[in-house]
Amino acid sequence: MNDSVIQVRDFRKIYGDVVAVDGISFEVKRGEIFGLLGPNGAGKTSTLESLEGLRIPDGGSLQVMGVDPAHQSRKLRNLIGVQLQTSALPDSITVEEAMKFFCAYHGVAPRYDLIDRLGLTEKRGAQHHQLSAGQQRRLVLALAIAHNPPVLFLDEPTAGLDVASRVELHNLMRELQAGGTTIVLATHDMAEAAEMADRVAILLRGKFAATGTPLDITATGAGLTKISVRTQGSSLSDSDITFPAVRRHVSKDEYSIYFSTDIGPTVSAIIDHIKSQGDTLIDLRVERPSLEDRFLEITTTGGIR
Amino acid sequence: MSAFINHFSFEFRTGIRNKELLLMNYLFPLGFYVMAGMFVTELNPAFRETVIPSMILFAIMVSMLLGLPQPLVTAREVGIFRSYKINGVPAISILTIPALTTMLHTLIVAVVITATAPLIFDAPLPVNWPGFIVVFLLTAFAFIGISLLISVISSSSRATVLWSQLIFLPSMMIGGLMIPAHMMPDALARIGMLLPSTYSMSAFQRLAKNWTIGFDPYWSLAVLLAGGVLSFGLAIYLFCWDSHNRTQRGHPMLALLALLPYALGALLLW
Repeated sequence: MNDSVIQVRDFRKIYGDVVAVDGISFEVKRGEIFGLLGPNGAGKTSTLESLEGLRIPDGGSLQVMGVDPAHQSRKLRNLIGVQLQTSALPDSITVEEAMKFFCAYHGVAPRYDLIDRLGLTEKRGAQHHQLSAGQQRRLVLALAIAHNPPVLFLDEPTAGLDVASRVELHNLMRELQAGGTTIVLATHDMAEAAEMADRVAILLRGKFAATGTPLDITATGAGLTKISVRTQGSSLSDSDITFPAVRRHVSKDEYSIYFSTDIGPTVSAIIDHIKSQGDTLIDLRVERPSLEDRFLEITTTGGIR
Repeated sequence: MSAFINHFSFEFRTGIRNKELLLMNYLFPLGFYVMAGMFVTELNPAFRETVIPSMILFAIMVSMLLGLPQPLVTAREVGIFRSYKINGVPAISILTIPALTTMLHTLIVAVVITATAPLIFDAPLPVNWPGFIVVFLLTAFAFIGISLLISVISSSSRATVLWSQLIFLPSMMIGGLMIPAHMMPDALARIGMLLPSTYSMSAFQRLAKNWTIGFDPYWSLAVLLAGGVLSFGLAIYLFCWDSHNRTQRGHPMLALLALLPYALGALLLW
């Protein structure tokens, strides 16, 4: 059985002389959270908006649950929920009115429970322009999921949210995913992508520079693992000591910090050295290259598939 | 149906809740009516004869031309139309519902003017009520069409104001509101026939007040109807969801076709 919910084949989008998206292909499976990453102008919004039926592709094919977004917008509207990057609602509409308004067009009963769930209970009568940026984003999210769409597009969903709202949003995303909702997440927040996405794709100048799980992507980089060590004595203070696979060494705040290409041999050698010097290990921290490190590496070097 | 009622109800409340719309729908037309009624009737007692139709026409022009297009253009510019499209709000609802609610606000103002003018300014009531109502409806329809067309072709909020004033100001000066068309120089009166307000005032006077001056009222009504249908149709055709208004189906100059009935009227009814 093909459980692919979104299928994109050789998708191209051109604005005048500028090729915004240059023949990308990908699939998103049912219940998956797919992260679309990339610097500004990489083609993320063009891809998202074409999947949402807001733009007409200049080449290739796109399908969302078997529906062509460019030509079957009526069929599409109940299949997708969209949180646009900017909260585009009339200034004077109240939270409650907005919920009634959009639910009526989707033919479902208003979901006031979502207003409560997203912390807007006390703002039910407030007009859109009276809400803070974070509250506006939460309202738009509530509206996007009120009709229980099987596919959800989130464009920078946590921008402007405080920590508690961000955690609540992530919990909600996990709940939706558990319920079978497919989520396409465009974000600049690498920590969010690493935490939430099952797979990510990094777009660079209209092409995919990398695709895979966040772990796959970080593992394929040339990034160095950071090993920070603190000892009771001064066994590591000699800057002439060398350990296998270490490319760089710095000292900071009583820590000796080693950047290694292969942590196993490096850590073993460090521990052996400390023991051999009769010193005592106080702290040892290993930090793998993050998705953000890998993203920066890809976007600055031009990337590889 | 539920979606339509919800949308209509929200737009109607917006017409009162939004301070700019409140000004255009109620405060400006009613304020001007009181001022004009007090001062113009003193200077020119004959104005009493036309105070009801001319002030109703003024209310229609203010709410439709100055009030209706701006929020539509702003909504398009900030991406509200895109949000509507994603959520299945049809283009026809985006255009017709604000137009209908504006018409309802204008109707309320028209009732207030018609009910109070005889008491405050000793203005005569229309003698032909069905004719009065038909002229009101067709005038509102003609101006709705033009307003929607302005909102659809305007490239920006600033351009909207210019287009609206381009119709509003000449309508005030040579459209028969303040000075009846038969009292104007021929050249100005003829130019005035390119404006819906001229046909509206003529039809009000002939049909609702049984005056004998002016064109055949049924031709005036036909011109208003044709102008409304043409401009409304063109507005729907040229409507665009895009925030930058760059994906229209036709060139904005097509909007000039909406002037055709008025131009024909100026040629054939003179």
